[in-house]
Amino acid sequence: MGPAEIKETILDILEGIAPDEDLSGLKDDVPLREQLELDSMDFLDIVMELRKRYRVQIPEDDYLELATMNSTVNYLTPLMKDLEKV
Amino acid sequence: MIANPATQRPDHERIVITGVGLAAPNGNSLSEFREALLNGRSGVSEYEIRYVGKTLAGVCNFDELRYQKKKELRRGTRAASVGIYCANEAVKDAGLDWPNVDKSMVGIYIGVTEHGNVETENEIYELRGFDYDTKFWSHHHNPRTVANNPAGEISLNMGITGPHYTVGAACAAGNAGLIQGAQMLRLGECDVAIAGGVSESVRTFGIFASFASQGALAAHAEPAKASRPFDTERNGIVVAEGGCLYILERLSDAKRRGAKIYGEVAGYAMNSDASDFVLPNPVRQAECVQLALRRARLKPQQVDIVSTHATGTSSGDVQECMALRSVFAGAESTWFNNAKSFIGHAMGAAGSLELGGNLPAFADGVCHPTINVDTLDPECALDGLVVNEAREKNRVDVILNNSFGMLGINSVVIVTRI
Repeated sequence: MGPAEIKETILDILEGIAPDEDLSGLKDDVPLREQLELDSMDFLDIVMELRKRYRVQIPEDDYLELATMNSTVNYLTPLMKDLEKV
Repeated sequence: MIANPATQRPDHERIVITGVGLAAPNGNSLSEFREALLNGRSGVSEYEIRYVGKTLAGVCNFDELRYQKKKELRRGTRAASVGIYCANEAVKDAGLDWPNVDKSMVGIYIGVTEHGNVETENEIYELRGFDYDTKFWSHHHNPRTVANNPAGEISLNMGITGPHYTVGAACAAGNAGLIQGAQMLRLGECDVAIAGGVSESVRTFGIFASFASQGALAAHAEPAKASRPFDTERNGIVVAEGGCLYILERLSDAKRRGAKIYGEVAGYAMNSDASDFVLPNPVRQAECVQLALRRARLKPQQVDIVSTHATGTSSGDVQECMALRSVFAGAESTWFNNAKSFIGHAMGAAGSLELGGNLPAFADGVCHPTINVDTLDPECALDGLVVNEAREKNRVDVILNNSFGMLGINSVVIVTRI
């Protein structure tokens, strides 16, 4: 899975976590929390969904890497490069 | 006609109902529910749930998104969603100037039969797909299953900062929540109480399976005929979900703001059988009814309508009838009815829903029936049982609402015309 597919995956997960939000204008370099109503439980949902769908384990110390779409994709690229998109 | 007993108390000690919000399997407002009860419209339908398979249930179809965002629905519980709908509807019905109500003086008291079974079953079901590796267990599990969840989500949704908690009282919980609200108003713990009961029980397979194992789960080829208290062919309980929450206020406050008043919580009682896990005890039930009457300073013959608890089980209905016969012998103008015959047993919501369905009788003078009585069980033959068709009573001044539960918990609420 490349960066584009990883971004698609994150957007898909965000659609489930923030179903009331319009994600079409999301800026990749701006913190997600500044653009969407997300709290700490929502970020745990992102972590859990990645774990459930791809068995990707994100240690708590790395949660800050999920701040923006760009930082999330950059962080996940090496972890998910050998995985097929589901 | 009653000599209004409650007038002997000052207005600030008298508790009145000024708003009703409800979700029932056959109506999403008091007017819809009442219309269904007067016209014999059942809310029981075919239903399927994991492991148990095809069965019957009373399922609600209220507009969940009227007061909640999709995200709140995803994160929260069904019980809380029912509660949020009912609480918002009740506030609207009460005509409170909600933006200017002091939210720190609003209390939330929600009766529940149980809470957490649905969420725990769902999580274990999910976990099975991950070979029971608890790394996949949701972080939402704890906030969803804490016992205060249904009340707590109401506080979050409505910005209420006063006390909130649930009252766990098996199937007496609807009355128990209402009683708690009245008591807290009397103690000055709140100025407005949102009180009653909710249930999400149809979402747990365990409750169906347990009733089935107990030989107490109803079955019938026609869903609408399955819940049939007092009938010789009754064969158990139809599980239902729902909620009914009341706005309670002190009479002095209600008068000050010119509120519409449904009735006064004139008396109540709770006691315990202390005799069996599941079998009811008619002696204790009768004592509970008598205690509530004494506190309301009423005699049995002054009660116009008794809303029975009867669930459609072979022994439970008979036991309640024994209790009622012992209290209401000779009370010729007392009529009896039952709402479970329409919607099934809404568990923690049952008591408050069943009371709610009778409240309009103060205005329209009609007693809704108990339906599905094709052949009345002689052991359930109460004088004054209103069978199959609603009956005009001309004037209704006193309604007595029974609600009993497992482990021998009994509750009775009496509401009077004001």
